[in-house]
Amino acid sequence: MSPVLAGILQLLALVVALGLSYRPLGDHMAKVYSSEKHYRPEKWIYKAIGANPNVEMRWPAYLRGVLAFSAVSVLFLYLLQRVQGSLPGSLGFVSIDPDQAFNTAASFVANTNWQSYYGEQAMGHVVQTGGLAVQNFVSAAVGIAVAVALVRGFARSRTGELGNFWADLVRGVVRILLPISVIGALVLVACGAIQNFAGIHEVGQFTGGSQQWNGGAVASQEVIKELGTNGGGYFNANSAHPFENPNGLSNLFEIYLILVIPFALTRTFGRMVGSIRQGYAILATMATIWLGFTALMMWTEFAHHGPAFDIAGGAMEGKETRFGIGGSSIFAVATTLTSTGAVNSFHSSYTGFGGGITMLGMQLGEIAPGGVGSGLYGMLIMAVIAVFIAGLMVGRTPEYLGKKIGTREIKFAALYILVTPALVLCFTALAMALPTPANSMTNSGAHGFSEILYAYTSGANNNGSAFAGLNADTQWFNSTIGIAMLLGRFLPMVFVLALAGSLAEQTPVPETAGTLRTEKPLFTGLLVGTIMIITGLTYFPALALGPLAEGLAA
Amino acid sequence: MNNSAGNTGRVLWAGLRALLVLTVITGVLYPLAVTGIAQLAFPSKANGSEIKDANGKVVGSELIGQTYNLPLKDGEETAAPDLRWFQPRPSNGLGGNSVNTRYKLILSGATNRSGDNEDLIKWVTDAKAAVVKDNSTADYKVKPSDVPADAVTSSGSGLDPHISPEYAKLQVHRVAEKNHLGVAQVEKLVADHTDDRILGFIGEPRVNVLQLNTALKNLTAAKG
Repeated sequence: MSPVLAGILQLLALVVALGLSYRPLGDHMAKVYSSEKHYRPEKWIYKAIGANPNVEMRWPAYLRGVLAFSAVSVLFLYLLQRVQGSLPGSLGFVSIDPDQAFNTAASFVANTNWQSYYGEQAMGHVVQTGGLAVQNFVSAAVGIAVAVALVRGFARSRTGELGNFWADLVRGVVRILLPISVIGALVLVACGAIQNFAGIHEVGQFTGGSQQWNGGAVASQEVIKELGTNGGGYFNANSAHPFENPNGLSNLFEIYLILVIPFALTRTFGRMVGSIRQGYAILATMATIWLGFTALMMWTEFAHHGPAFDIAGGAMEGKETRFGIGGSSIFAVATTLTSTGAVNSFHSSYTGFGGGITMLGMQLGEIAPGGVGSGLYGMLIMAVIAVFIAGLMVGRTPEYLGKKIGTREIKFAALYILVTPALVLCFTALAMALPTPANSMTNSGAHGFSEILYAYTSGANNNGSAFAGLNADTQWFNSTIGIAMLLGRFLPMVFVLALAGSLAEQTPVPETAGTLRTEKPLFTGLLVGTIMIITGLTYFPALALGPLAEGLAA
Repeated sequence: MNNSAGNTGRVLWAGLRALLVLTVITGVLYPLAVTGIAQLAFPSKANGSEIKDANGKVVGSELIGQTYNLPLKDGEETAAPDLRWFQPRPSNGLGGNSVNTRYKLILSGATNRSGDNEDLIKWVTDAKAAVVKDNSTADYKVKPSDVPADAVTSSGSGLDPHISPEYAKLQVHRVAEKNHLGVAQVEKLVADHTDDRILGFIGEPRVNVLQLNTALKNLTAAKG
């Protein structure tokens, strides 16, 4: 069997697996966020929090919950790293410096998991398992909660109430993320991922001497790292490390985990707004972009244009033998079209166009299918923009799901789509204009520029992957990327919740012959076009200087 | 205003309590439970898939690549490969930036060099020349076009435990000669240690270098 055919078959297997879990998981999540019943352990948790899960919140209250929980999380994680040197179970690692601790705390709370540290050389068991992995769960649950609040905004009328943040947060963790993680972690251990609390120890080698091994709760962190579209590796090599991703099967399973919740959330959305077909239209949009990007990535990586790859006879630099080109390309697209940022191969050593595809994937706003929750709300914002554009074309007030998209709504949507491009382009321009940031580059020329463009694209879009040649552990990058991650995560959430509140207050407008049918393929086409044009116009000049220049020269 | 400040304080306090409770659940109970089950059900895998030689001595992990080098000589910066053994993929250092420490596990990572990077072009060119030279024997000449890509490029982790079957086959004549074994014998050894794709299509065909070298050592020990 040729590697290309094997790659295509792996992609098909992935589609089948995602298809099989789409309905049960999507329906389950709809039930989780609609149910009135609280399980007993959940009641204990609410009691410990001191929150009444039955109180409905309007958008400002919901937002306060999101921001308060996240602010406390940043502070807690920051302090945990700052005192690591005095904690037991830290493998002898010292406390993390203030700028890096801020960067890492912001990174994990913002569901980005950008890492300016080397996991196996900096973080002990307590910080990894009790700090970083916890944020993998809760930052994902926060993302889903905000998406569900927006969906409720479409589904509810004349109320302004969006649900209870604490209930949504706790249910997301307890009823969705934890059960899948327990099973998934054991699957990964069965494949060979490690799961122990051993310290750093010496292990004998074939030719004598020894290697130094790091123990750790790797499988349990790996599974939620993918499932919660987080991406922060236990080890520096992330999912390329054999202890995190031991074989082809674990690789495919990890890609599945990355994609399963974001895709299934479109079913949850359809259920909650009372039209499964509306969910299918969103799903079709996501799937079209995802499959298109994957096909392009496989094409460019198998074609391997580039001087070094031509000499080598293949683009295997930075890729593992057990995954090959196919398994690496599928992973790279899945991780950058979601907010994951885990890598099983190193994007900086992809072909020029391949690197460009990973960047463009993030620049689309990570909505195909996007991060857990953030992918759905990002895509719904684009849907609002698309109906608005369609409305302008025919000269009538646009509506989506029975809600009018008026001045107020379109302002929130427009602000949403302006946040990340502004962060990415301004910070990139600033870094290029200043004398010192360029010292962090490993590569020169177009690819050196790409390293910096990639860093801010990844940070502001909460991805976390990198053109890792960039030495990002400097005060400049730790601070600016930290700020980009926080603003790129929480400003959009403000606009999403404001939009949700505004929608939930409306009285639904009846469907007429002139209503744009947003469940039809025509709308899917319109939506794909809107996404590509808006992003293309925003980022084209920057992409032309980086990956396009590199790709065309090869 | 007092009321709003009090309100903010209350929400932050709730947030802190929520974080602490969820930390106990997802940061303590969950990893301990998974570790407990994993250690009972898959003890070998959960602890790193160690491989032992014929004497029962641990020689490494099935999952982690190693170097098979001669002892470092005076004045050498990097040790020369011990050509009796099958050689793994290159694992290039990264200068002062992010570091790949040549199959020392304590820090994993890639070179992150782009396709048009001068260093990478040189590494690949040099590696290719070395593979051709090292593997050509009196009656077996390696052509540059025979060298597969994995033989001249570094992996993502810098710890790749595998090489492609093509690269293993290319080393057969040299390994047979250095160990005074028959070519057919070594060819069979490689074939026995070649893993196909899982279920025929998942992942890539590969040869585990440590397992192959362990078997090779047993073979030479049995013979000699």
